[in-house]
Amino acid sequence: MSVTAATTEASPVSARQGRRAGFGHLLLSEWTKIRSVRSTTWTLLAFVVVTIGFTALITWVTEANWNGPHAADRNAQAIADPTSIIFGISVYLGQLTLSVLGVLVITTEYSTGVIRASLLAVPKRLPMLAAKIVVAAVLIGVLAEIVAFGSFFVGSAILHPHISVSLSDPGILRATIGAGLYLTAFGLFAMGIGTLIRHSAGAIATAVGVAFVLPIIGALLPDTSFWNHLVGYLPEQAGSMVYLVHETGSHIVLSAWEGFGVLCAWTAVLLGIGGYLLTRRDA
Amino acid sequence: MIEVRDLTKRFGNKVAVDHLSFSVQPGQVTGFLGPNGAGKSTTMRVILGLDHATSGSATIFGKPYAEIASPLRTVGALLEAKSVHPGRSARNHLLFLAQTQGLPARRVDEMLDLVGLRDVAGRRARSYSLGMSQRLGVAAALLGDPQVLLLDEPVNGLDPEGVLWIRNLMKHLASQGKTVLVSSHLMNEMAVTADHLVVIGRGRLLAAAPTAEVVARGSGQSVRVRTPDADRLSALIADAGGSVVPGSNGGPVGDPDDTTPVLTVSGLSAARIGQLAASAAIVLHELTPQLATLEDAFLELTSDSLEFGHRPADVPVQATDGSSR
Repeated sequence: MSVTAATTEASPVSARQGRRAGFGHLLLSEWTKIRSVRSTTWTLLAFVVVTIGFTALITWVTEANWNGPHAADRNAQAIADPTSIIFGISVYLGQLTLSVLGVLVITTEYSTGVIRASLLAVPKRLPMLAAKIVVAAVLIGVLAEIVAFGSFFVGSAILHPHISVSLSDPGILRATIGAGLYLTAFGLFAMGIGTLIRHSAGAIATAVGVAFVLPIIGALLPDTSFWNHLVGYLPEQAGSMVYLVHETGSHIVLSAWEGFGVLCAWTAVLLGIGGYLLTRRDA
Repeated sequence: MIEVRDLTKRFGNKVAVDHLSFSVQPGQVTGFLGPNGAGKSTTMRVILGLDHATSGSATIFGKPYAEIASPLRTVGALLEAKSVHPGRSARNHLLFLAQTQGLPARRVDEMLDLVGLRDVAGRRARSYSLGMSQRLGVAAALLGDPQVLLLDEPVNGLDPEGVLWIRNLMKHLASQGKTVLVSSHLMNEMAVTADHLVVIGRGRLLAAAPTAEVVARGSGQSVRVRTPDADRLSALIADAGGSVVPGSNGGPVGDPDDTTPVLTVSGLSAARIGQLAASAAIVLHELTPQLATLEDAFLELTSDSLEFGHRPADVPVQATDGSSR
């Protein structure tokens, strides 16, 4: 075929162009990867809909049943900490969609075999993972903050007839920014699980287990200082401190930023181990 | 050039590559030949830094793959296993690879033109035929205009046109002075493509020589003899220092009814066998020197080293030392 004759004469010029690759090039490459698959679009769309949707639903249920039977407890909670109504359920469910994205960003490399192409291009491996983490963190982080503020404004508007809550109230701005930060950190936490486990289903199940099952088990444990501290340092429990204003309950052993720091530490440890294994394992 | 030195790769207690040493020179196509499971892919994966060697080394231009500064500008690889996301387009696949090396996006379009995928470059890869996928793999391998190319079973499953395309491509690249290593379990393909052969079986080196030499080594080794007096002739041949393997009773071409026994004789020339038969007044129906093809040479080299050969199932694979030729 004529294709062969043209093979490389046609092209060495452009192949020699361009600067020596640096980390910026890897960021660009990972951005191309993440934007060029549909799972990114779908999970992020689901994240926006689920998070803002549940904020609207929960605040609307609270507002609509304000004078209903059995409403007293919930009303008291809503007055004491409006963020628990605005963010409580919606962040809890929204993190699920970001966990899926965080896991898939890394596990689809393995399930599709792209990891081989990726590592041939970046044989030192860690720079590829670092670029992937940065790109995912920025993408998820920006969207999560937009969604957090969107949820706050939707939720506070719906609650407005009975509860007046604004960003200038004590702790509210921190909780709103914190909701976005928590969601971002949890997405990266799931990415760490994906890096360790490498299989989509197993990694998603593990991330869901950490987010949903551990807190349930934690609630069943004896109410002693030891168990409360253990549960208080779990990723989901610790991280949730940052998006709630007036925390209550026996598992509260950390302040907002301490709790967020603990979640970040969990995430860093998982990604660190994942990175170490990435360099050691056969791809 | 590629240098493999005393390379060993174990997976658990299974030895995939066993103290393998060879080198691949520029300016020619080097065929990497062996039965399925011989360790070809594993060797290539170690050369490319995807698998870690248990011991020994594999270098390209004297460096391990991971130490090469712009790897895709130095080495291009087409692996047998898929390495494209089915939901990503050919253009985006090549684009992210180009970006890792700081190559201009224009290079992606050039490669798409080169392999004839320009018109379908925006389609998701899952819609590509095997031939199109292979072309995308070739485009990825040539993206950085590398000096060294490793192709793992590149013609597997391709139609004749695709096979011819790959074959000419490899020859063309070698003619430009590039180093080309291509693995295959198809002897015929290598016979028409490769200038030099590295033959392995069960992870060990069986031969490393010019293709013609490997063929010559295996040729003229045997003579096919048909005679009604097989027992007497066998005894004579054995006395003269030859060895006899009774063959099947399939008749010669054009005479399927001839059920005269067939002997395959090695260690004696056709002329000597003719003399022996004449001296004892033995009738011969056929006396044919067997000219070996690369296939014969290959089968002879690898006959003891087939991973899934005809060996008792209870014999552990490593227990027999089959490749000590």
